[in-house]
Amino acid sequence: MSLSTRLRLGLAGVIALAVLALGCGGTGTDELVIGEYGSLTGNDATFGQSTKQGVELALGELVAQRQGRIGGLKVRVVSEDDQGRPEEAVTVVKKLLNQDRVCAVIGEVASSRSLAAAPVCQEAGVPMISPSSTNPRVTQVGDYIFRMCFIDPFQGTVMARFAAQDLHVRRVAILKDVKNDYSVGLAQFFTEAFTNLGGSVVTEQAYSAGDQDFRAQLTNIKGKNPEAIFLPGYYTEVGLIARQARELGIRAPILGGDGWESEQLLEIGGEALNGCYYSNHFAADNPDPRLQEFLKSYKARFGKESDAIGGLAYDAARVLFQSLEKLAEQDPDTFRGLASSKAGTAARRPADKKLRDLIATTTNFAGVTGIITLDENRNATKPAVVLAIRDGKKVYDTTINP
Amino acid sequence: MSEFLQQLVNGVTWGSVYALIALGYTMVYGILRLINFAHGDIYMLGAFFGFYAPGLIVAAGARAGEWLEGAHRVLHGVPVLGPGLGRLAAALSAAGSMADALQALLVLVIAMVGCGLLGIVIERGAYKPVRRSSRLAALITAIGVSLLLENGGVLVFGPDPKFFPQIIPSSNIALGGGVTISNQQVIILTVSILLMFALRFIVTRTRVGKAMQAVSHSHMAASLMGISVDRIITFTFVLGSMLAAAAGVLVALQNPKIEPYMGVMPGLKAFVAAVLGGIGNIPGAVLGGLVMGVAEVLVVGYVSPTYRDAIAFVLLIIILLVRPAGILGKAQAEKV
Repeated sequence: MSLSTRLRLGLAGVIALAVLALGCGGTGTDELVIGEYGSLTGNDATFGQSTKQGVELALGELVAQRQGRIGGLKVRVVSEDDQGRPEEAVTVVKKLLNQDRVCAVIGEVASSRSLAAAPVCQEAGVPMISPSSTNPRVTQVGDYIFRMCFIDPFQGTVMARFAAQDLHVRRVAILKDVKNDYSVGLAQFFTEAFTNLGGSVVTEQAYSAGDQDFRAQLTNIKGKNPEAIFLPGYYTEVGLIARQARELGIRAPILGGDGWESEQLLEIGGEALNGCYYSNHFAADNPDPRLQEFLKSYKARFGKESDAIGGLAYDAARVLFQSLEKLAEQDPDTFRGLASSKAGTAARRPADKKLRDLIATTTNFAGVTGIITLDENRNATKPAVVLAIRDGKKVYDTTINP
Repeated sequence: MSEFLQQLVNGVTWGSVYALIALGYTMVYGILRLINFAHGDIYMLGAFFGFYAPGLIVAAGARAGEWLEGAHRVLHGVPVLGPGLGRLAAALSAAGSMADALQALLVLVIAMVGCGLLGIVIERGAYKPVRRSSRLAALITAIGVSLLLENGGVLVFGPDPKFFPQIIPSSNIALGGGVTISNQQVIILTVSILLMFALRFIVTRTRVGKAMQAVSHSHMAASLMGISVDRIITFTFVLGSMLAAAAGVLVALQNPKIEPYMGVMPGLKAFVAAVLGGIGNIPGAVLGGLVMGVAEVLVVGYVSPTYRDAIAFVLLIIILLVRPAGILGKAQAEKV
């Protein structure tokens, strides 16, 4: 390679870099960009839709109260659809971080997808708040990952205690989704807690999300004649499984976790779900005024009832707004580092670090899903409610405290 | 024992769906030597047509009712015709609340007709232009059509799952010995068997069926005998697509979740079923479908559910090694 070619190449590189820098720099006015990702489409689409609407509602209140500004910066939320696929979750979170230059991320509901995207946020040093992923490994990814809900060791215990002490059953069959971290984890924690309480798991069967026919597994379960079935899956499969179980003549109640929480659960499962129970983050018939006000404004805005997933997303957004406000008050200079024009500069990382520290110290935040205090593992400790399905309606049954 | 019998019942019902789809593969292959990879997506479209059909029935009923009502008003003066039209209008307006079974049948027919028409469009639009090219060109066209239907489905119907209305409420029928079958499984089995017999009748007893057989032997000889080969090929596509549509509606009646990619796996497995039974052979497709359904259910029931999709391809490998022509297929020397 001759000197002149090298020179020319070098020059071309410099020009390219300059063009790139120009392209990144000029965003006009400063704003505070927050990323949100979820499954707006796909097998469990209501998870992502509820999350998006919960965040939108919180943003709407911010606009109504303070023109949508925190510390003088206008807040903008960018929502991305991961189609319910973990690999797509990684892609959209990378897009949020690199292209939209967000200062914090809210998402996902499904633990598998949170687990896929969390390392990306951790490495970039951008706080990620999962509203409703309950698998304990999600926040173990690193110190920038938070959640607004309880974790599965607790949720498994809740349903084990409910089965043993409220339903008085001793023989339970488990049917779990083998490709789903949430389902596998919850099944394991339930088994541990339930055997400690003196019960026994008579059989453990498995399926994969997307299957249509579950009769083979249910026939095996029927042969073992359990008193209840624990089904820690997502609502789509739960509805289909419940139907097929009843068709095979299985009358035992089916128990599940917060993966059942969707407006579509009863649409799919129909009558087959009557007499079943699942653990959840809130009960819509709880008279708590904060919750009722949230449900009312959600309905006024979106024309439908909110599920707990929407409530958790609303809380996640408000915890994030509160932390941003605190940062703007305590340290306005560092706070400016979160502005969109500061993305990629040296000012961004310390600002995100400060924001992380403030989120981590969230204590006694009055959320619609309960009082949120983050522990040293960045998990919220909250009571769980058990909902019963009777006559095609979800009704509050009992509360189980940690 | 009763558990095993129950698994067999599950397997046979599930297999009869594969059999219906496999029939389409095998017929098209018999006539054209083409693997129609878009066939699984026709099955998906059948389910979606069925999904939108009840709305269509009600709307059409109401529209016809209104129109007749108008005509009734105009013709009020005419003594006999007026009141008669009025009664007809009322009957048509009530079409939405007609009996479950009748509505299910109408849904099935609408889906089958819709997919039959689609079969014509696909054959005329995509396969006919490449019929004289190499077989590889046709095969790649088939994959293209399949992708087009799937992604077109995402565009038109949306990517999230829809839930098929419960036209026929499910109920249990005890078969004794702890074995049960649901009324929907009975419907799947009965309709499948009826359709298979209808197909057999068409192929062996009617002129057009005999023409199909002739075309499958030799296009050239058939056309020399005065058979319109193009028309027979189109007819074959119509028949195959209608059977796939029926399978789609039947499955959706039982498992109400439908989405644009639902045809991919059943399509592949039905293709394996057709090869298993001997591709090009109609009873072979039925047998292959049943073997496939039973094998799948037994693997899930007694081995591991993770092998559910693997078993199809294990069966394919075994049959290709042991008896490449398929269970009922006749070995043919291929001219090279």
